[in-house]
Order: sequence, then structure tokens, then C-alpha cells
Amino acid sequence: MPAERKPWYRRLYDWLERRVQLEGPIKDAALHKVPRKTASWWYVFGSASLSLLIFQVITGIFLAIVYVPSASEAWTSLQFLNHHVALGWFIRALHGWGSNFMVSVVLIHMTQVFLFGAYKFPRELTWIVGVFLLLLTLAMAFTGQVMRFDQDAFWGIGIGVSMMGRVPLIGAPLVHLILGGPIIGAGTLSRFFALHVFVIPGTLLGLAGLHVWMVLKLGINEWPMPGRLVRRETYIQEYNKLAQRDGIPFVPGAIWKDLVFSAGVIAAVVVCACIFGPNGPGGIPDPTIIATVPKPDFYFLWIYAALALLPPTWETPVMLVVPPLAILAMIALPLVAGVGEKSWHRRPVAVLSVAVLAVSWGVLTHLATYSPWSPKMNAWSSDPIPSWYIQKRTPLVLEGANVFQYKQCRNCHALGGVGGRRGPALDDIASRMTQDQLIRQVEQGGGNMPAFGANLSPPQITALVKFLETLHAPDRPLSGDAAHRVVQKNGIPKHSDIEQGAQY
Amino acid sequence: MDEKLPPPSPQEQEEQLHHERVSRRTFLMKIAIALDVLVTIGVAVPLGWYLLGALPSRKNGYLRWIPIGNVDDFKPDETTLITFENPIRSPWDGYTAKVPAYVRRQGADKFTVFAINCAHLGCPVRWFPESQLFMCPCHGGIYYADGSRASGPPPRGLFTYPTKIENGKLLIDAGQVPTLSTQAKLIQEISPCPQNENPGTGASTIG
Repeated sequence: MPAERKPWYRRLYDWLERRVQLEGPIKDAALHKVPRKTASWWYVFGSASLSLLIFQVITGIFLAIVYVPSASEAWTSLQFLNHHVALGWFIRALHGWGSNFMVSVVLIHMTQVFLFGAYKFPRELTWIVGVFLLLLTLAMAFTGQVMRFDQDAFWGIGIGVSMMGRVPLIGAPLVHLILGGPIIGAGTLSRFFALHVFVIPGTLLGLAGLHVWMVLKLGINEWPMPGRLVRRETYIQEYNKLAQRDGIPFVPGAIWKDLVFSAGVIAAVVVCACIFGPNGPGGIPDPTIIATVPKPDFYFLWIYAALALLPPTWETPVMLVVPPLAILAMIALPLVAGVGEKSWHRRPVAVLSVAVLAVSWGVLTHLATYSPWSPKMNAWSSDPIPSWYIQKRTPLVLEGANVFQYKQCRNCHALGGVGGRRGPALDDIASRMTQDQLIRQVEQGGGNMPAFGANLSPPQITALVKFLETLHAPDRPLSGDAAHRVVQKNGIPKHSDIEQGAQY
Repeated sequence: MDEKLPPPSPQEQEEQLHHERVSRRTFLMKIAIALDVLVTIGVAVPLGWYLLGALPSRKNGYLRWIPIGNVDDFKPDETTLITFENPIRSPWDGYTAKVPAYVRRQGADKFTVFAINCAHLGCPVRWFPESQLFMCPCHGGIYYADGSRASGPPPRGLFTYPTKIENGKLLIDAGQVPTLSTQAKLIQEISPCPQNENPGTGASTIG
């Protein structure tokens, strides 16, 4: 009697399995036991990062079908994608929002494994590979911003090479290698395209594979318990006991949370893409349009702020030394602190570091959203002086107000809450500075203010200072000069009078 | 007496043969690896050469003398925004082959041509004739009319192009993005306090 004939799909499966022989490894990977407590919502960020990486590769390929990586055509091809290709705007939005989410989720993943001590023995290399995955993700973000090839991208490359130009000795060749020529142009975009589409994603996929492989081989990090110390001699045994005695198979015990979270993240990308649409492209990348205020994408705003706020003398060393040191520190972390306590309850330095970094990042990013260090270029012609500062004033004061606007003081100084914020707001300047101090400050500058002595005539300075002297809150007195008062009172009062409380 | 060594046992024979086989194969493998290394180097050298093609040849670099207009086009004591085409360019550079610069005429044949790029991190500075200042939109660098640093993070004054006048035309020596290492050395250290002269009050800073 012939054996019962199997259904066609079963036969197809068997035919394939006899040749690829993947059933065993896949079953091993799927059914390997993980400690029960790690089937947690805290352990979903790694898999979400991988989902986003795959999502970015797919949407990126779809964009590459239309995008033209040429300096003269890139911007136009993006406009074409936005307006003439069916759902082109949507694919651009998916890829752009996918990148925002990927940077965020990778950072959250990294923070989580740091706080959970997952980088400790025997997972040191998993962490180190993860550090490179983070750097590559950021490199994708930067090169992706270049692909948009609008004004922000153009000047963003300029800022990048200006930093490279500060490298001693090899600065110039470095700049030209990055640019692929003497200027930001055809060579630059082609280079960044090759990086963004082939080199970095290829490396990223390879290293991500290695990263996941090591997670499978070494087992997912167990939930850290205060007092359960990692020792090189006993850890593997303890972990195996934990996974075997109290473990559950990865599929389906833990994976369902990964799947749900990944679906949620991708859905969030889709929703953001639908609501907010694609990012740009902004203005055409024409270097002769200088009325532009270049700003990096969200994830690099903190660098933009740091570069504005660093003291000039520190800047080059900080730019060139701190990033390599930071990367080295991250790589060295598991090698230096590879054993011991894993729980964040007993690692105050780790928790504080995360808190300090997070707060610094937040503050710098927030500052960068309104960049108070930049002059407001059109404040002098667009922000009028509040009417209460010019009502019932003398002609001299009004002329001073004119000088104030015309000489672009407003670009750096706010009045009535409007104007530049480079310098202090001047609404109560007369309560803080005397006439002499005002004249000196206007003529000689200082404290980050340019000197206007060469640029203003004496009558203009007189008028300007007269105007500034009217700027004070009604309940605050004018700033006075002790010497003036002494002269007005015919000299210093007698010593006995001072003892009785006489004022200078 | 005829004393002979006993012939090697089959096992010994096998071992000898195996040893020989392995050593010959190992040798061949080493040769093959050496060959691969050689071929790899043979491919890597031209690939590296290709990548370094972005660097200028040693003789003249990227800089060329470029005419940017007639001398008479520029009014004395004024700073004008001009545009020129980069001398080294490719047909698909598009807009990016155009380079802006500021020309400042101080006398009959005294010109200063400033690069548009802030000496801090390369953003385009804007000229304000009213206040006689260049202002940078990125990190707040400010320069006086003569290009010297007035305030903000720049480590030096604005980059300038070398100029010359030939047959009534103004020429500049330009052709690459100016950065701290591709344009000039640090010419002006930051002085935290004004020295003898107050900055910005000298005749040179008046536009």
C-alpha cells in the first residue's frame, strides 16, 4: 500500500527544506528559552529598531526608483516626487519619519540596555557592535539630510567640512575628500549618495545581523536584580539555570510583545507621515541665495546649539577631541565595567549620567529651536518699536529711536518682547546702566557687542543714548551715577552726616 | 650481513603520505593566499587612487584667477554682493557651481573681496550697510566692514580672496570652499580684552 500522499504545500515545503535545511536553526532560535521576566515591554526597543531598519531599506528603495542623485537635478526630482508621482509625497514622508523614529528608538534602546546593565559580561561585544550601530544610524541621518539637497542640506555640508577644516595638518585634503572636489557640488552629492545607499546601509545590515546573532547565542539579558552580581566565573551557569528553570520559549512567550510594539511604531510612522507629510525640500540649493537661516534636522539640533554656545577658544579642541573620546568611552564601557551590579537601583552614577545627558540634550535642543544666539536678521525692518516707548517723547528721543532701528540694534536687542535675543532685552536698560555706561557701551562695544563708535556720529550717539535713557519700568528708578550726585550736592557730605545716614 | 630496516608499516606509510600531502597542500594554499593578497593589493591601489582623485594635483591646486567685473562697476566705500562661477566645475553642478562673494572698494585700486562663508562654520554671512556689519544667521558671528571679527564664535575675521587688477578688470584667486585649512591660516587670534586701540573705532572699520 503506497504511503498516503501528502498535500502539495507540504511536499513543496519538504522539497525546499531538504535543500536549505533551515528548519533546525530557526526552530532553535525561536524556541530557545528566555528568562521569564525578560518577556517584558522594556525589551521591545531592539526589535523595533530592526523593524525600522528594514522599513527604511524598503522605503529607501522605493525613493531610489525616482530620485536623481545629481546636484543639478536632486532638488527638482524631490519636487517631482512630492507633486507629480502618485503617493510620492507619502513615500518621502514615510522614509523621513522612519528616520526620526529610528534615531529615537535606537537611542531609547541604548539607554535601556545601559540602565539594565546588559553590556556586562558576556555581552561586551554585543554592546560595542551596538555603539557602531548607533554611529551608523546617525551617519544615515546626516547623509539622508544631504540627500534632500535643499538649502539646509547645502549649508549643513558646509558646516560639516568647516569642522573638518579645523583638523590640523590633514584638514585641507580631508575637506576635499568629503566634498569630492573643491566645492559643495556634483561630486559631493554623488559621494553622499553612495554612502547613504550602499556603504552605510550595507554595513548597518551586516552589523545588525551580528548583533542579533550574539543576542541569540548569548541569551537576552536577564532582568537585573539588586544584589545579583555578575561574576565571570559563575555568570553563564547562573544564567542558564535562570533561563532553563524559570524560562519560557521566546516564541510565542516573548515575541508577541515585540511584534505588537513594532506594529505600533510602524503605525506611528505612517500616522505621522499622513498628518505631517514629507520634510521639504526647502529652498533650492543655490549658494547665491544668502537670505537663508540654515538649521540641521531635529536630531542634530543639540550640536548646532553646542557650537553656538562654546567659548571660541575651546571650540576646535572640543569639536575634534570630544567626539572620539565619547566614542572611545562608550566602547570602553563594557571592558572597564564588565562585571558587578546590573540593577539601576544600585548604579547611581549610571542613572545620573543618563539624567545629565538627557537634560543637556533636551536643553540644547530646546535652545536650538529658537536659537537666541543668532541675530534676527529682519527685526530692524519688521519689528516696530512699541508705541508706549515713543508716545509723548521729545524729538531727540524719537530720533534716537530711529537710530536704534536703522542701525539694526534691534537685530540683537528685543523691545517689548520682540526682536533679536543675541544681546539683552533693553526694556529697562536705563535702570541698569548710567548715561556714561550707555555711551561707552555703544561706542566701544564689548561683552559680545560690536563697537559702534566708528559707525555712529556724535549726534546719533547722543540721540540713541537719550532714547535708551527713557527705557525703564515705571516702578524702577533710573540708574544714577554716584559721582554726579556728589557733585550736585557740592561735594562729599561731612563724615558725621554719613554716620547719621546721609546718602551720597 | 645484510641488515635492512624493516619496511614501514602500512600505518606509517599512510602517515608519511598524509604528512606529505598536507604539507604540499598547505604550501599550495599559502601560495594561493599570497596570490590573493597580491591581486587584492593590485585592485585596492587603483581604487584608492580613484578615491583620492578628489584631491587637487600638487601643482596649482584648485585656485584660479577669476575676473569678477570691471573695476568701475564697484563704487568706492561700498560693499557689493557679487556672484561668480567656480572655475572647476562639472556640467551637473547645477546651482551649486555659483559662488557668492562680497567686494569692498576702499580706494581707486584698493579692493577687499570677502568669502561669503563665516569663518566659524561656513554659513553665509549677510552684509548690513546701515550698521556696517556682517552678521551670520547660524551661530551669531558678527564682523566689521573690514572683515575683522566683531563678536560671536568665529576664531578669525572673514576669509578674503587675493585680488589683482588687469586691464581694468578685478580678478580674485578663488576656486574652493574656504575653511580654516583650505583658505588661510589663523590670521587673527582672539583677544579677550581690547588692546591699546578700541576695536571697531579705527578708520579701517568705517565702510
